[in-house]
Amino acid sequence: MSKVIVVTSGKGGVGKTTSTASLGAALAHGGQRVCVVDFDVGLRNLDLVMGAERRVVFDFINVAQGDAKLAQALIRDKRIDTLHLLAASQTRDKDALTTEGVERVIGELRGMFDYVLCDSPAGIERGALLAMRFADQAIVVANPEVSSVRDSDRIIGLLDSKTLRAERGEQMDKQLLLTRFDPVRSSSGEMLSIDDVLEILSIPLLGVIPESKEILRASNIGAPVTMNASVSRAGLAYLEAARRLGGETVPVAVPDQKKTLFTRLFGRRAA
Amino acid sequence: MSLFRFLKSRSTAPVARERLQILLAHERVSLGPRDLVTILRDELLATIARHIEFDPEKLSVKMDRAGAMSTLEIEVEIPSDKVGVGVPARASAA
Repeated sequence: MSKVIVVTSGKGGVGKTTSTASLGAALAHGGQRVCVVDFDVGLRNLDLVMGAERRVVFDFINVAQGDAKLAQALIRDKRIDTLHLLAASQTRDKDALTTEGVERVIGELRGMFDYVLCDSPAGIERGALLAMRFADQAIVVANPEVSSVRDSDRIIGLLDSKTLRAERGEQMDKQLLLTRFDPVRSSSGEMLSIDDVLEILSIPLLGVIPESKEILRASNIGAPVTMNASVSRAGLAYLEAARRLGGETVPVAVPDQKKTLFTRLFGRRAA
Repeated sequence: MSLFRFLKSRSTAPVARERLQILLAHERVSLGPRDLVTILRDELLATIARHIEFDPEKLSVKMDRAGAMSTLEIEVEIPSDKVGVGVPARASAA
């Protein structure tokens, strides 16, 4: 059965696009048919993060408005056969997407893919609402940082009221993906802990992605971290999160505290 | 030698810079005032893509002006197995 999942956050820059690309690649690598959809009309970036920026001919809006067929707009990944991208339009403004157009395209995608990952734009405007509108479940991406957690709470409220599921009185499954987590700073009390964020937002945890240099490297070359055979901590964390998304029970490995010289010398009192 | 290779394998910024330069050069033109070559390129791309599955990177459009004569040069690389294919088979499968 096909699953439509929105990747959302409210706040910008927390890792929605990175997470969409990484989870999409991980699921597709496991043999699932996956389509990642960019909803950020006018400011598309999923194509760049996926390394497909020069292959976009038709986009989401062309399909939603009937100017192109979905099959013509889908870009198949060159590395993973079962991974596809539907790019946002760069030249149109965000009002070009209509509820009816999005509903029709999402409906078509459901018939073709096991997973449809909708990369939401930041904010709580039309684009963000359309990205979540037809989703079956949501991944809320947050950083362990006050403004991000606050915006996530706001988004959770919208997921429970502005989606088709919510309007039908059905449950909208929401899971938290905590990104840019720094175990050292968290354990020293400089950064919110995983438990702090979970307690405040009270939604289940999909995964914890440690702060990693590999993320920048991955976007530099246009290959999501989960595609690279050389496993990084962030890549592994995304792979595990993708397995959980697929229904497997995988314990959340809390990124272990890197032993710095300082913590080695002073042990637990390093804080 | 190994140090050199190590440095080379770690530095991805040049790749990022090159990707951005290519992309932005194209976007600045297509988002700003459009010249004829860009309009032609985009429309040709759309027309060809309607009928054949091909790599958009393999399309080059050049225009030359020399005196009274202008030439338009279009080069498309189409994989031979894609000739005659209407719509990508996999993508159209329900």
